[in-house]
Amino acid sequence: MTVEAILFYVFGILAVVSALGMVLNIRNTVASAMSLVVTMVSLAAIFLLLEAYLVAVIQIMVYGGAIVVLFLFVVMLLNLSTDEFPPGKQRVVKLAVAVAGVAILAQALVALDQNPLLAGQPEIVPEGFGGYRQIGLSLYTDYVLIVEMVSLLLLAAIVGALILAKRKID
Amino acid sequence: MPIEPIVKVLFILIVMVVGIAPVITWIERKQSAVMQDRIGANRADLAGITILGLLHPAADVIKLMTKEDVVPVGANRVLHLLSPLIAAVPAIIAFAVIPFGGVYHFGDTTLNLVGADIDWGLLYIFAIGSIAAYGTVLAGWSSNNNWSMLGGLRASAQMISYEVTMGLTVVGIFMVFQTLRLSDMALAQDRIFWLFGAIPLPAWGIIYQPLGFLMFLTAIMAENKRPPFDIPEGESEIIAGYHLEYSGMRFGLFFMSEFIEIIVIAALTATIFLGGWSVPWIPTDTIIGAISPWLGVGFATGLCILIHFATFMLKVFFMIWVQMLLRWSLPRFRYDQVMNLCWKILLPLSIANIFATGLVLLLVKG
Repeated sequence: MTVEAILFYVFGILAVVSALGMVLNIRNTVASAMSLVVTMVSLAAIFLLLEAYLVAVIQIMVYGGAIVVLFLFVVMLLNLSTDEFPPGKQRVVKLAVAVAGVAILAQALVALDQNPLLAGQPEIVPEGFGGYRQIGLSLYTDYVLIVEMVSLLLLAAIVGALILAKRKID
Repeated sequence: MPIEPIVKVLFILIVMVVGIAPVITWIERKQSAVMQDRIGANRADLAGITILGLLHPAADVIKLMTKEDVVPVGANRVLHLLSPLIAAVPAIIAFAVIPFGGVYHFGDTTLNLVGADIDWGLLYIFAIGSIAAYGTVLAGWSSNNNWSMLGGLRASAQMISYEVTMGLTVVGIFMVFQTLRLSDMALAQDRIFWLFGAIPLPAWGIIYQPLGFLMFLTAIMAENKRPPFDIPEGESEIIAGYHLEYSGMRFGLFFMSEFIEIIVIAALTATIFLGGWSVPWIPTDTIIGAISPWLGVGFATGLCILIHFATFMLKVFFMIWVQMLLRWSLPRFRYDQVMNLCWKILLPLSIANIFATGLVLLLVKG
């Protein structure tokens, strides 16, 4: 096995284990959020092994950092105890989610197996692949319309959140 | 085994972390003493020798090591013990992308004085910075103390807010130097910029982006949570905030990580805005060209490395001094003032800075 393969298995196992840790931990919300951080960072490491540097960094900055810190902020602010989520009800939901997850995974595996792109030898990664230059170029040339539409959507979401928050204050 | 990476890691750990961080605690004490008209730390002595109070960092370490390590009742034990480490590690690994010197050629061998010369160096720093918030937040939560909890809450809000702004304040610099690689940024500043074609200035980031420099320094100092941005600690309001329930070397780790972050901030601002390792007005070629007729190219390059490293450390210590000066000059902001400064002043200004930079670049380069 090459170093990359070993690292891939290490981070892959870490990602799966910490993701399970996040879902199955019902006693401690903060520990469960921290498991999510470990999952995100392991995924970022796998992106790095694929030479997708920008995606890896954004994975850590946005998901590993900003979003989970926001989760923690809310968890700490509300200071939820376990009583507010009765475990009995949660187990049914979790079971349903797990079954759905396995079904989607199986479907994805079947689809991947039939994908002609994966049959041949992997192509050599072009120079600068996955860097901020290439992604920035394609985002603002080929996909500029989609970028603008997404930014409009986000703007609408911000305005909506502001209106909802302001109504509470007034 | 490759020797070069090991030497670099050891250099960062031994010189930058273990060597300089304790000295900075001494600088802080002496700086505050000078500014408050006191003599300052000078009592720790070894058989009557005090060396200007430089023994105080050693005394601090011995005191913190021998203190009892208390975990409060009802605390989340694992997270309480882990969070000082989570706070300290990002501060240390941020050094990996800081260029302590340029790239030098000795015949066929090349010497690059960067730990990891990656294309996305600044993005790496931002990623590390976003992970750094967890140490503080978890410390506040896991201590089972309301004051700590408030400190953790304040820290999470403050660090998330300033992270956004910190990223936007340096976009102007990305546009000017056309790179995110820190060693390329330092190299781009190793030349002379002719203002109006007549006045020679060093081509430093601060010359191109003076507003960006001020905003970046403000944002990154707020990320470090030291006064005047120390609302997560706020002694007069929440006792000691997130590290209230920490004692012994675990408190020491929080303390150390703050001081290591001071060095990281200084090194980062020096690299991005103050020309990094470059000597102002004297580019590398001039230095090597001036020395090599007497001593040969190899020896001249070696001497050039020393000059560049000394210049870089001089700039780093200058930026450390600036931070100390600000820390002992300004009183603590109120929580709402810190948030207003971020969202209502720095964020719009940094976006305006990006637009202005783009406009100027378009006019100059066509």
